[in-house]
Amino acid sequence: MLHGPAAPVGKDPAGPYKQRLGIWMFLFYALFYAGFVAINLLNPLAMGAIVFAGLNLATVYGIALILVAFIQALVYDAMCRKKEAELEHTAPSRSGKVPEAQRSGKPTSKKPGKKGKA
Amino acid sequence: MAIIVFIAFVVFVVGLSFYLGSKAKSSSSYYAAGGQIHWGVNGIAFAGDYLSAASFLGICGLIATVGYDGFLYSIGYLAGWIVALFVVAEPLKKLGKYTFTDAVDANYNSRGIKLAAAISTLVVSLCYLIPQMVGAGVLVEPLLGIPHAWGVILVGVIVITIVATAGMASTTYVQFLKGALLIVFSTVLVWVVLGRGLSTQPDQGGKVPFYQYAQVQASIADGKISTEGLEILEQVEVKGGLIFARVNHQGQENWWYASETDGALTLKESQSIVAKTDGKWINGALESETNKLRPVGNLEQIRGEKQVETGSLSLFGFLASITDKDTIVRTWKNVSFNDAAGDKVTVYYPNDVRGDRIMRPGLKFKVEGTLLERLDFLSLMLALFLGTAALPHILIRYYTVPSPASARKSTIVAIASIGFFYILTLFMGLGAMVNGTMNPADNNMAAPLLARSFGELLFAIISAIAFATVLGTVSGLIVAASGAVAHDLFDRYLQIKMDDRQKVTAGKISAFVVGGIAIILGILFKGMNVSFLVGLAFAVAASANLPAIVMLLFWKKTTAKGIAASIVIGIVSSLGLIAFSPELYSLYGLNPLDAPIPFSNPGMVSIPLSFLTLVVVSLLTQKQK
Repeated sequence: MLHGPAAPVGKDPAGPYKQRLGIWMFLFYALFYAGFVAINLLNPLAMGAIVFAGLNLATVYGIALILVAFIQALVYDAMCRKKEAELEHTAPSRSGKVPEAQRSGKPTSKKPGKKGKA
Repeated sequence: MAIIVFIAFVVFVVGLSFYLGSKAKSSSSYYAAGGQIHWGVNGIAFAGDYLSAASFLGICGLIATVGYDGFLYSIGYLAGWIVALFVVAEPLKKLGKYTFTDAVDANYNSRGIKLAAAISTLVVSLCYLIPQMVGAGVLVEPLLGIPHAWGVILVGVIVITIVATAGMASTTYVQFLKGALLIVFSTVLVWVVLGRGLSTQPDQGGKVPFYQYAQVQASIADGKISTEGLEILEQVEVKGGLIFARVNHQGQENWWYASETDGALTLKESQSIVAKTDGKWINGALESETNKLRPVGNLEQIRGEKQVETGSLSLFGFLASITDKDTIVRTWKNVSFNDAAGDKVTVYYPNDVRGDRIMRPGLKFKVEGTLLERLDFLSLMLALFLGTAALPHILIRYYTVPSPASARKSTIVAIASIGFFYILTLFMGLGAMVNGTMNPADNNMAAPLLARSFGELLFAIISAIAFATVLGTVSGLIVAASGAVAHDLFDRYLQIKMDDRQKVTAGKISAFVVGGIAIILGILFKGMNVSFLVGLAFAVAASANLPAIVMLLFWKKTTAKGIAASIVIGIVSSLGLIAFSPELYSLYGLNPLDAPIPFSNPGMVSIPLSFLTLVVVSLLTQKQK
């Protein structure tokens, strides 16, 4: 007995793109995070160096880790949405499911000629 | 005032649960809120789930006592969301139905995975429940004036009521409400802290006069301390070479700390609790309504100046003033020993630390220490980074939204709100450290007590929100745990035939049982810092669940047996390492130095071990795939 998703999920043509993008963005952030941990372990005194407006490297790097996570999240979402919109219009759902944009109540483009590959 | 606001809040939350409960009749509603929650609401509810007692009470408490090391938890907890967003969110949404087990078992239909994943969900949820319940007891004790144990029981009963009435639907809206209020009022608290600025003699806005602790020069000859003007009645040297003296100061007996700096010995007035047969003696007198431990925490000097007030400060100005090398922060440590009469003495003694030392890692995590101590720090940071995406009560929230894109968007809302809150923790924690509001015996109440210094109304609101924080997180954990028992074990593993209504009933009964266990554990673990305990829960989650999720998504050779084995090894190794660690030895009442495992955070060993197990077992069982 296999259990399906709680809510029906349509085919996601942008899936592979999003997965690749996610892994690269994850690796970028993981390196940034690893840099923070490495400085702490290898040269902890460097964390005390004043680098900006009277704040030391520990504070600036720590807050930057939080802010960069948010900025990366926004970039990821924007790129995913762009790709989803692109593929929704050029290759409409082959599974017959309703596109995400329609399900979430957003207006979708109905320009003629954009569904040519159907 | 505090009690009225608190009770009104609790009544509202429980009322909301009953209202939503009347709508949640199906198992889909109970376990996944029907999968129809808006991503914006779900994102804030994520924050509500995540910003638990550990974040609000524990991190602020740790920052207030060990400075920047507490903020490391904020950084690690937030960084973990990157794994959730970029690696787990959308694929998991596509795989799962109600629980973590559904997701990892989606491609296999394996009884081994069902059993292992259900047990893992239960274990991780219980590990995470302990600090929440400890936090609940800590919070209710000063608020309602009831003992810790009754506070834990009160929370347990309310949460079981919330979960048993409506499951995930009520939990989601409680979390949304709580998450939003927590962020708004934490911002208010930081605003007023900056407005007050810094002072070397904080008096809580004129409400509590600053207590100036005395200190006198002393000398030591043949191991005996002597000084002019103080009668020394007894002296004790404890492990680590610290010396404490019981002195008669202005007719009152109390314990003082003998501090040696640059060869000069100074006796510093401290605070003490002595457990005598006739009761608890605090600072030389029997404990009473008017004789309790004095609140502590102040700056001895700001940028080299003594007896100074800065007035209101900017965000950067506040942090820079504390970071300055000529700022001295007075923190408080404690030590316990038996005196000559055999009574147990706990002394809370002042420990002056330079600002630049407070504001970089090292006071708690010995990044300048031995290799093992450094590896312990590495282990913690690894577990925090990888643990978030493996927490069952976070994972099930991906099933409450209608689509994978909604799962992604709600994660981004979560990162924004949680990240913002974690930056606030730095200001709240440091504010508590220097405003003379800390309870030296328990750092978990740092943020609410800081709020109290700005008036009873803010204290009442912050306490009610903190209480709701506990309620919300515990609700989510109990939903996850009851789902593991009723859905994964009964329905899917044991294949007990149940109709939809019976599944909901099974979930509610499970909620009662799990809630009962959580109450007992919350009482037993009293006194441990809740953020430290959550750090351990993260390590267990990262060891048991993350390898299974990641390899399932990214390695085609993964087999059912590989997943089941890695989950079991992850649980056993992480729990085993924790059970024999120095921190747990302290809890058992044993000498931490005798612990066979020399570090407290198991992730560095148990996470790779779990990954390795999955790879090896999967390769060995390819034919059975």
